[in-house]
Amino acid sequence: MSNAHPVPFRAILRHVLLITGAALMLAPFIWMISTASKPQTEIFSSELHLIPHRFALMENLREAFAKANLLRFLLNGVIVTVSIFVLQVMVALPAAYALAKLRFLGRETLFALVLFGILIPPQATAIPVFLLLHKIGLLDSYAALVLPFTISVFGIFLMRQFFKTVPDDLVDAARMDGISEFGIVWRVMLPAAIPAVTAFGIFSVVAHWNDYFWPLIVLNSEHLRTPPLAVAHFRNNEAGTSYGPLMAAAMVIIAPLVIAFLFAQRRFIEGITLTGIK
Amino acid sequence: MAQIELSAIRKSFDGTDVLKGIDFHIADGEFISLVGPSGCGKSTLLRIIAGLEPQNSGEVHIDGRQVDGIRPSARNLAMVFQSYALYPHLSTFDNIAVPLRMRRLSAIERLPLLGALLPSRRAKERHIRADIEGIAEQLDITPLLRRKPGQLSGGQRQRVAVGRAMVREPLAFLFDEPLSNLDAKLRVHMRAELAELHSRLKATFVYVTHDQAEAMTMSSRIAVMMGGELIQAGTPAEIYNEPGDIRVAEFIGSPKINILPGRIRKDGGVDVLGTTLKLTCNAAAGDCRIGVRPERIELGTGPFSGTVVHLENLGAEAFVHLAVEGTGSRLIARLADVRHLPAMASPLAFGFASETVRMFDPAGKRIELRVEQAERVREPAHV
Ligand SMILES: Nc1ncnc2c1ncn2[C@@H]1O[C@H](COP(=O)(O)OP(=O)(O)OP(=O)(O)O)[C@@H](O)[C@H]1O
Ligand SMILES: [Mg+2]
Repeated sequence: MSNAHPVPFRAILRHVLLITGAALMLAPFIWMISTASKPQTEIFSSELHLIPHRFALMENLREAFAKANLLRFLLNGVIVTVSIFVLQVMVALPAAYALAKLRFLGRETLFALVLFGILIPPQATAIPVFLLLHKIGLLDSYAALVLPFTISVFGIFLMRQFFKTVPDDLVDAARMDGISEFGIVWRVMLPAAIPAVTAFGIFSVVAHWNDYFWPLIVLNSEHLRTPPLAVAHFRNNEAGTSYGPLMAAAMVIIAPLVIAFLFAQRRFIEGITLTGIK
Repeated sequence: MAQIELSAIRKSFDGTDVLKGIDFHIADGEFISLVGPSGCGKSTLLRIIAGLEPQNSGEVHIDGRQVDGIRPSARNLAMVFQSYALYPHLSTFDNIAVPLRMRRLSAIERLPLLGALLPSRRAKERHIRADIEGIAEQLDITPLLRRKPGQLSGGQRQRVAVGRAMVREPLAFLFDEPLSNLDAKLRVHMRAELAELHSRLKATFVYVTHDQAEAMTMSSRIAVMMGGELIQAGTPAEIYNEPGDIRVAEFIGSPKINILPGRIRKDGGVDVLGTTLKLTCNAAAGDCRIGVRPERIELGTGPFSGTVVHLENLGAEAFVHLAVEGTGSRLIARLADVRHLPAMASPLAFGFASETVRMFDPAGKRIELRVEQAERVREPAHV
């Protein structure tokens, strides 16, 4: 039996499984869009329906933008995530180059420490870092949001693995041509590692754009708030939670990520599979 | 352009000695081939000359200047790598431009956006462009200047790598097996091109290869390395005809030289396969090994006899594999005339002239031989 239609049957099974998985993943997302499009009365009605009877997305968006300075929060998000990513690259690339291509005493130990660092969750170091920032008086500033994340052990590890695949001869040729060691990092390794840097960039940006924990701890001032904090603000309103505008705001803050992903999809997958250079 | 002097170079990796004291002088304008089996330390020696690898002890002098501790680029040598090592993200033009830009432009002029605006940079870029176009012309790669390395064939990449080395007019060129990634036909072609390039540039070439045909055809001198030691250096003819060590004799020449077990008698005579050769030596009595090149073996006449076990007819020449009667020895004879091949499994007499014999002691060192006068074809003129 399975001999007659082996391919269609298996393909159907596979697709059913995948579609079920995808639907489960997408459900909250779709529910968010649905809620964002409903007027307050429908949200609290006892019947569950996906398509709103009255389409209220625009109203909710208007209210969201009116209640909070969403643009400012989006800008904060951009400033913070871009700064973090740029600084992470500036630290991770030279470090990864040293770990991958230079020979020095203690290299393996250092690399083991990097691997160990990946295991430590940020929450574990949150309090010491918080106290440190307090001591140097940086709490409640952009610096407090950016500085703790400039050294990404994951970034160092990822880039080091990628640099390992770059042939040694290329590094030696650069040395013969008179490029300095730092020059090699930026002029030879970085262009070769663009897919890996892109992949890392996506991880980094997504993680810090969506980070709720750390900004919540170090921020007080409203004007510094990052997008997730801003959304949470809707919930704490004394007037009761207004879910429609809340969901509309949530849509707004994840929109940049979704759009960026759609544009960089190819690169993203390239980077994840780390095909490397030939 | 430059002479290179190596004295007592030693190098070890993790406690294993890779180079065990190399002394070598490379004269100005020479084409030196470093040959030897895989893992004998050729690349390591080349990298030490280039400055990419520090030696544990010993000195490198280039044009009389000690260069130890000097950065690779400051030694003014150029290197062509086996993998070509072209920058994958740069076009052919930019690849060749890298060494020039690194030398001629200041750090500010090299800045990505700002630098391009400086008038001094534009003037220098014009010179660089002219230089590169000249090189591209010579190497026949002008149509490829805009392509990326990924869009080039192996032979084209090789040429670009040579161009990148040539453009800075280095004191010497270092090649690390530059042809080994090419197919056989292209290899022969590039061999001729490189030899021609050498005679045109008159620069010092140090060329690492484990292909003895490349070494024989291109170099002015060959240096044979084995196990981290340089065991003999000389012109290709010297290395081929007068090997100082059995390993050199066996490494150079294809098919390999025939090695037969021999015995030195007390009176200095030499017995091989039950026959006494017409030559004598001063070495102590005992075992020895006799080497005779395949083309020196004469088939049809001679004191030895064997059976044909295998025939290789290459069209222009043929190789006859013989099993020597009464011993386990095998040998190969080259037959220039392929029209008269012996039959398979037929018995065949063979011999060789005494002066073609090279003799080695059990440790592999060459033993000097005296050919008995009676054997000489031409007597030295006394009149
Ligand atoms: N960076 C290194 N670390 C440890 N050992 C090394 C290193 N580089 C070379 N070696 C060792 O040194 C020895 C000589 O290496 P080298 O590359 O010079 O050989 P080679 O003569 O060029 O061989 P091939 O013809 O295969 O290229 C080898 O045994 C190799 O394993
Ligand atoms: Mg090598």
